[in-house]
Amino acid sequence: MTVRVLLFASYADALGRPDVTIDLPAGARVRDVLDRVKSLVAGKRVPEKPLVAVNQRYARDDQPVGPSDEVAIIPPVAGG
Amino acid sequence: MRSAMVDHAIDASRLLLEVADHRNGASVLFVGTVRDINDGMPVTGLDYTAYGAMAQRELADIVSEAAKRWETQDIVVEHRVGELQLGDVSVAIAVAHPHRGQAFEAARYVIEELKRRAPIWKREHYVDGRTDWVSTATEAAGAK
Repeated sequence: MTVRVLLFASYADALGRPDVTIDLPAGARVRDVLDRVKSLVAGKRVPEKPLVAVNQRYARDDQPVGPSDEVAIIPPVAGG
Repeated sequence: MRSAMVDHAIDASRLLLEVADHRNGASVLFVGTVRDINDGMPVTGLDYTAYGAMAQRELADIVSEAAKRWETQDIVVEHRVGELQLGDVSVAIAVAHPHRGQAFEAARYVIEELKRRAPIWKREHYVDGRTDWVSTATEAAGAK
């Protein structure tokens, strides 16, 4: 299945785009998304342990991901 | 209760008027502004970016949590995105409550949870022309 992953801040800068589409096996979980995105930004200057949001909520590493989910990489936040 | 991500200047005094009510004996206004130095680096300005839909949802959740815990509906928060200059207001929170203790506590809760949870990022512009995304680790280190 293909999953579109939204990118922000340093991750968007590192890949030069606001999102990336990745191929994952059926049954993939949040940690698989993270592994794939981290392989894409390897060598770039980005925070090592971003969080992941699925459908606009922070997700655990073992949460399943489906093709219709809105998935986003959330580097350390700095609002306020 | 109201929460908003905005791309225009925040009028903090308007938020204070918004929560005013004769039930309340105390109003607290928190205003966050862009300062000229972070972690020892002179800053000339910065830009905020956000995962808009999720940030809006988190702010709404945080305000609802505070409203329930401190039993007041009179809470408003606005956070700005885009390019900001030194001294510009990046965030404003107004809370009104019958009593001052709860008003302070609720306002504190909203800003601390916003900083912890809201998917908002800031990129600082330095005097030498460089820019960099601020990490929370940097912020924590700078706060020491």
